[in-house]
Amino acid sequence: MIRLTVNGTPREVDVPDDVPLLWVLREELALTGTKFGCGMALCGACTVHLDGKPVRSCVTRLREASGKEVTTIEGVAATPMRVLQEAWALEGTPQCGYCQPGQIMSAIALLRAKPRPTDADVDAVMSANLCRCATYVRIRRAIHRAADMLAAPPPDANKP
Amino acid sequence: MTGELGRRDVLRYGLGAGGALLVQIALPGCRPARSAADPHAGDFVPNAWIRVAPDDRVAFVLDRVEMGQGTMTSHAQLVAEELEIDPARLVVELAPADRAYDNPDSQLGFQVTGGSTSVSTSYDPLRTAAATAREMLKAAAARRWGVGLASCVAADGEIRHPPSGRSARYGALAADAAREPVPPRAPELKPASAFTWIGKSVPRLDAPSKLDGSAVYGIDVRLPGLHTAVVLRAPALGAKMKGFDAAGARREPGITDVLEVPTGVAVVGTSYWRARRAAALVKVEWTAGTTSLDSELLRRALRSRLARDAHKMRTDGDVAAAEHASSQIIDAVYETPYLAHATLEPQNATAIVRDGRCEVWAPTQSLGLAREALRRLTGYAYDDIVLHQTLLGGGYGRRLAQDYVVEAATIALRTRKPVKVVWSREDDMAHDHYRPMSAHLLRASFARSGAVTSWTHRVAAQSIIAQIAEEWGQSLVPNRFPLSFKRAAARAAATAYAGNAVPDMSAVEGARELAYAIPNVSVEFAPVNVDVPVGWWRSIGHSNNAFAVEAFFDEVAREAKRDPFELRRELLAGAPRQRAVLELAAEKSGWAHPPKSGIFRGIAQTTAFGTAISMVAEVSVEGRHVRVHRVVAAVDCGRVVNPDLVATQVEGGIGFGLGAALHQEITLRQGAVVQSNFHDFPSLRMVEMPAVEVHLVASDAHPSGIGEPGVPLVAPAVANAILRATGSPVRSMPLLGALKEAR
Ligand code: FES
Ligand code: FES
Repeated sequence: MIRLTVNGTPREVDVPDDVPLLWVLREELALTGTKFGCGMALCGACTVHLDGKPVRSCVTRLREASGKEVTTIEGVAATPMRVLQEAWALEGTPQCGYCQPGQIMSAIALLRAKPRPTDADVDAVMSANLCRCATYVRIRRAIHRAADMLAAPPPDANKP
Repeated sequence: MTGELGRRDVLRYGLGAGGALLVQIALPGCRPARSAADPHAGDFVPNAWIRVAPDDRVAFVLDRVEMGQGTMTSHAQLVAEELEIDPARLVVELAPADRAYDNPDSQLGFQVTGGSTSVSTSYDPLRTAAATAREMLKAAAARRWGVGLASCVAADGEIRHPPSGRSARYGALAADAAREPVPPRAPELKPASAFTWIGKSVPRLDAPSKLDGSAVYGIDVRLPGLHTAVVLRAPALGAKMKGFDAAGARREPGITDVLEVPTGVAVVGTSYWRARRAAALVKVEWTAGTTSLDSELLRRALRSRLARDAHKMRTDGDVAAAEHASSQIIDAVYETPYLAHATLEPQNATAIVRDGRCEVWAPTQSLGLAREALRRLTGYAYDDIVLHQTLLGGGYGRRLAQDYVVEAATIALRTRKPVKVVWSREDDMAHDHYRPMSAHLLRASFARSGAVTSWTHRVAAQSIIAQIAEEWGQSLVPNRFPLSFKRAAARAAATAYAGNAVPDMSAVEGARELAYAIPNVSVEFAPVNVDVPVGWWRSIGHSNNAFAVEAFFDEVAREAKRDPFELRRELLAGAPRQRAVLELAAEKSGWAHPPKSGIFRGIAQTTAFGTAISMVAEVSVEGRHVRVHRVVAAVDCGRVVNPDLVATQVEGGIGFGLGAALHQEITLRQGAVVQSNFHDFPSLRMVEMPAVEVHLVASDAHPSGIGEPGVPLVAPAVANAILRATGSPVRSMPLLGALKEAR
């Protein structure tokens, strides 16, 4: 039995500890927002956060997540980082959409590390996530837009 | 997904509380979805696309799959326009298999999404369907209120009677509208000047669910008791199984079945990871396969085929006489490799086949082909084959083939279990239906004045249609004909294509329509049919031919000592649409002014899927390193339903095409596909994505295609920039490989 916390909820799973976290999430915990694209840490579709750090869940063994906090795309809406989802929609980013959960998880980590990333910062981090529909132009714009939204004071902060 | 979730028999998307998309999925045993005419009491179902329920849910049945190209949104806009309702209020349901949803395109003719036809073929029918529904709702209101029909208006989801101030929501009128006669004549459609939704960048309706993880792709389908199968496949084309030993695998926990299927050995278990782990323990022996299928040998065969005459696909004037009279002739051979589609969602499908009924959930581009294939497999009546579309994690033409659907149903049939088959990336890469490898001979002659007097283009490639005609033909024939007739008709068609008695126009599209005013033109096709599975790859023949045509054109311009834009412009005098997009791309890119030092520009234009398009690429070359900084595209796709969706299709097409142009190649060595995953079949990464500008030509012509036309021009535009930068042409894709060879 392995214990981990997923999107804030403690979970227990009874599978061998070397099963990739991706399949534990998708099949044991029914969290199918995290996607399978390559299984070799090449595409980023399976990106989730482990104690806040982005990992490729297809090559992360369950035991590496043992006792840790896992955040998946399904958990984003409950955090301030939901603005990325808003920015993504405002920029009309997703096409087929299959890569986008992974893109958003990578971008959240980027904005945590660099709240005001340059284009070069964005390219450096986000080039690990493939988008076969090549929505890159919109992803770039959405990241900058999300950075603006995160930096903006809350709507009533300027009121006397 | 639990039992309570799915009640209806179609996947459903709609705005729920808080703006989240609701997604529901059917459960087995529910009543089959035979058409949209699946009304509950009191529903108003005027046709196959629209259903209004008494609770005021207005459902729209989307019959063109959503694979990223935006049909869910564009088509909702078409309905909304005539139905007088906000498209965001429409509940979009994904259509089941039904011949009511056959693609009206003259060359397709069954239920299929492809050929960039979705908007052009739905533009009139969907608006007419919505207008009919609106008129019936109006008639119901007029009757209820005892007022004249002409005094009622539809607006914002309700019928209003302005003189009395009365109004009723569509839902409140549904039961009455269902009793109204269908208007004898199709209602008149709104003039463009009255459009509210068409022409507007309505936000994508599918965006929220695709950003919060709730969107259901084929691979996400969950059913009670669902098993997952993985298949150990042949290591080479033509390899036959000699035998296998699965004793170890069968002992693994959660493994329920290991069986031989036509595609290999299927390992079935209670989850993907269990099946995958067990599969590693299966030992399979294979024969060597068709070792003659080898890229180097095939490449040589195609090149040597170029030396001989081929089928004439277009003949203008007399090329031989023009060449005889010319003062100069140049020629070149262009080549393109096999390409995989590599949809990010690997192939998969889910099936239940038992008790005389076959139910399938699949991310397929064609429920029409899928149903026909399942009928061949099971022998069941059409009504007992129930299909559900899911969202598609990319299509690009790959999902026009139904191999994964048939495989899932085969395993489900044999095991009597609900089974989802999931391909690995390696399966997907090595068992695709590839874009055909091609070789192109191009030759041009010049008069002493420098004028181009003749153009010859000979294409040598596999014919896609010859390979698939048998399967496709069976789906085209109406269902009332017996299977044996369908089979015979389709076989005859395949034979006709294979012998070029009926030419495969897709092989020369983008070559045959050459728009340049050159008096003598010969376009020829030499089919070289080998047993490599080939299929439609986003933009099909255009992706090969536009590269050869437009890159060779710059060699011609160089020979004539002309600016490549100016020469194109001059030779497009008789093609005003093409000339307009060419001029627009040149203008917006600043063609008249020299680029920054170290940057070189290339230009290209073509017409694909009815859309005239031109691109300018700005490129720098350092050694073998090519960087594309900016691409400016000008597009005339007729009337635009959603400008932002059009822009995204062109941006994405450029990125998709650029990845292929620079990097991608599927090679065969002794019958085996060499590439296996994204490390050796590299897709474009963000760092390589140029800045893209898309400029649309305002037009009130009927809409034309946009899902594919963005793809083919980026390769020649970049190749032409490289020619300017280095002085030597790059004549084969991938361009980086060609550059390496040239140095
Ligand atoms: S599936 Fe994990 S990186 Fe591709
Ligand atoms: S949106 Fe399709 S793969 Fe990224």
